[in-house]
Amino acid sequence: MPSVFAHIKSWSVFTCLLASLFIPSLSSADLALNMPKGSTPVSEMVYDLHMIILYICVVIAIIVFGVMFWSIFHHRKSKGHKPANFHESTTVEVIWTAIPLLILIVMAIPATEGVFAMYDTEDSEVDIQVTGYQWKWRYQYMGEDVEFFSNLSTPKEQILNQQSKGEHYLLEVDEPVVVPVNKKIRFLLTSNDVIHAWWVPELAVKKDAIPGFINETWTYITEPGTYRGQCAELCGKDHGFMPIVVKAVEEPEYLDWLNQKKQLRLAELAKAAAEAEQTWDMNRLMTTGKDVYEKNCLACHQAQGEGLPPVFPALKGSPIIKGQIVDHINIVLRGKTGTAMAAYGPQLSDAEIAAVVTYERNAWGQNDAWKENKGETVQPADVAKLR
Amino acid sequence: MNDTVANPNSNSVPDDHHGHDHHQPSGLSRWLLTTNHKEIGTLYLIFSFVMLFIGGGMAFVIRAELFQPGLQFVDPNFFNQMTTMHGLIMVFGVVMPAFVGLANWMVPLMIGAPDMALPRMNNWSFWIMPFAFGMLLSSLFMEGGGPNFGWTFYAPLSTTYAPPSTTFFIFGVHLMGLSSIMGAINIITTIMNMRAPGMTLMKMPMFVWTWLITAFLLIAVMPVLAGCVTMMLMDIHFGTSFFNAAGGGDPVMFQHIFWFFGHPEVYIMILPAFGVVSQIIPAFSRKKLFGYHSMVYATASIAVLSFVVWAHHMFTVGLPVAAELFFMYATMLIAVPTGVKVFNWVATMFKGSMTFEAPMLFSVAFVVLFTIGGLSGLMLSIAPADFQYHDTYFVVAHFHYVLVPGAIFGIIAATYYWIPKWSGYMYNETLAKWHFWLSFIGLNLTFFPMHFLGLAGMPRRIPDYALQFADFNMMTSIGAFLFGTTQLLFLYIVIQCARGKGEPAPQKPWEGAEGLEWSVPSPAPLHTFDTPPKVD
Repeated sequence: MPSVFAHIKSWSVFTCLLASLFIPSLSSADLALNMPKGSTPVSEMVYDLHMIILYICVVIAIIVFGVMFWSIFHHRKSKGHKPANFHESTTVEVIWTAIPLLILIVMAIPATEGVFAMYDTEDSEVDIQVTGYQWKWRYQYMGEDVEFFSNLSTPKEQILNQQSKGEHYLLEVDEPVVVPVNKKIRFLLTSNDVIHAWWVPELAVKKDAIPGFINETWTYITEPGTYRGQCAELCGKDHGFMPIVVKAVEEPEYLDWLNQKKQLRLAELAKAAAEAEQTWDMNRLMTTGKDVYEKNCLACHQAQGEGLPPVFPALKGSPIIKGQIVDHINIVLRGKTGTAMAAYGPQLSDAEIAAVVTYERNAWGQNDAWKENKGETVQPADVAKLR
Repeated sequence: MNDTVANPNSNSVPDDHHGHDHHQPSGLSRWLLTTNHKEIGTLYLIFSFVMLFIGGGMAFVIRAELFQPGLQFVDPNFFNQMTTMHGLIMVFGVVMPAFVGLANWMVPLMIGAPDMALPRMNNWSFWIMPFAFGMLLSSLFMEGGGPNFGWTFYAPLSTTYAPPSTTFFIFGVHLMGLSSIMGAINIITTIMNMRAPGMTLMKMPMFVWTWLITAFLLIAVMPVLAGCVTMMLMDIHFGTSFFNAAGGGDPVMFQHIFWFFGHPEVYIMILPAFGVVSQIIPAFSRKKLFGYHSMVYATASIAVLSFVVWAHHMFTVGLPVAAELFFMYATMLIAVPTGVKVFNWVATMFKGSMTFEAPMLFSVAFVVLFTIGGLSGLMLSIAPADFQYHDTYFVVAHFHYVLVPGAIFGIIAATYYWIPKWSGYMYNETLAKWHFWLSFIGLNLTFFPMHFLGLAGMPRRIPDYALQFADFNMMTSIGAFLFGTTQLLFLYIVIQCARGKGEPAPQKPWEGAEGLEWSVPSPAPLHTFDTPPKVD
């Protein structure tokens, strides 16, 4: 671990400090200071509550600090002020116990209404199950046979400062969750591994996704648009890299999208079925396998299969890869209980699993190092047998 | 230790084993074997100071990484280790030991007792700490790294998905808990049994009162924390499923147990600071503390309420609506006794005759900035709004406002207030004023913009962020570097006192100060109040 400190060079921090003083962005940028008002009834209610309580706090602060600073300026020894003798007053103490209590009671009324509103998940028109994974979201449209994973789409090069950062840096995904406007949408939240939290500030929706639990929350979006959020509960290494993008569209457009998605899914299923029949050659398996690996496995097992041991073990040269193909396929299909290894059976097709297993057994120069693995392919049919 | 003879002059406390000063062991064994409350107090304070710089160094790494968007210095996993360790060290290694150190030094002096009631246990309580933190820090260098699941270590991230070093973290927490419980027992026993004749409970200084209440909180909740980490240990190593949903366990139960400990814990960190400023503000206002009785009752009600508000940390986990409302109301209620305390401090200053030496500056800043933290706490208590605030930088801003200008400023104020008594020398007032103003500017520059970041939607505990958060993060980092560096000045000032550089301190260096601690010479001799003083 000390090696990371080696990167911290005092001069670079100093240069940054200096640079920051001359960058005009501090004054010119459009600084977001306050909570977004959002575009749902709940987000507006929350915003109003926030503003009321904020104003109450500001008024209290002005009064308390006003008295205090007035005393500080006038009642000082250097001005020859002599200390008074009082040190209690039941009347005053009762007053300043009672007034805050009254303010709180007044505040509690709209807050209680707000809680009831947020908890009212009944009579929804669209139901979407949201499942947190380390580190992506899965959306399943209930009763519609539409489901997909949503991954961060910001390129690694931007994160590592090798490319300039895009407008929606870290808040962009490959597949946004599309919802209709002016419909009550219910989200059912759960998790496949650790606790996550699904948060979109402009919808004022934040709810924890907890393994073994199904939480409910809802929204009703009045303005079409793209709403961006992030995971809000620390969920491990890439907690900062699992954004949420909600695309709210008019109903006809939503229905079109839903249909397209269904067609696409049917086509994909047909394609997967056809592919499962075929015998794939090494080249095709390796190319597909690389794609699947980068999307699903790389975050933990790393680009060169070196892993982040001991929590995320290395794949390269590991017993799994040197051992039986059947065991290798099984662990990808079913995961490993008691570890962070998830089951990919429900997420990937037979061909994709065949490809990624082939890739893991032959990539990173392993086909040279372990000659017995060389040219060893896994076919979709091998995976189908083990499902 | 046992070979020293009983002090023949000590007729008040027959079990005083210390003997004369010249029988004390010297060198390292003096500190290893000491049972003297002043020496143990010093050890605690030094320990806490060392940990402050370690925990602060971690904050430095965090703020360097967050200086600009993108990953620059550390990888996300190490970033998580830094946030986790920063929190654990500041809570358990800095604030708590510092207050125990202050209690060790000052409680016997303030109640007219010759020492703590259980001096050997006192020694043990302290010497556990370096081992607990040695173990915790060593986990950073183990395979897989140290704890990376946040200082709140929510399961199953801290069990099934945790690095192997978690076992060391668990034993570290057990040891700290052991030390805290023993320290708390010692303080309660001392206060209940060893007050000077005539010092009734309602005549005790506020610092003693707040520590008495804090000690009861510690005894109540540290075993809960121990139970919590023991369940983690069982889940990790012995196949149980307390928190593992796949085995029928309940990850939400973890949070209930943790916050049942965690919420009283935050009052453990602030109540003694309330006590400190309740000593200092009257002294420098040259006027008695306003509403002493209501101060005591307010402190006690805060302590009682702290047991029924824990789930306000869990408003988004999907509590039943009745629970959501109960915890919202209970939390809002805490504003009342807390408000009473703030009003009392202001009323104490009102029509006083104030001077602004360093202890007073830090105490005034305490009242202002702690109140800001308290008001943002009131905002957080409004459950519907909390759905937006929860787990964002708004929360980070809130708890840093109550802990840094709250707990830490309380500790610094106490140090300036009592260091003449401890060392026998006055600190350098000019440097201390510099220390104050640089700290004040630095900390507001660090923590105030965090409110805006949180409201605008930046989640906490992320190593990289979207571009709209860049400007405020840069301000925050600059503030943090300023605040952190300024504490080196504090170190220098304290070392100068310890080395005897500075004006010799009179017995009572502060004109308006009251209390038994000022009736002994400066520096306080190793043994004080062998014969109990009379309190009228």
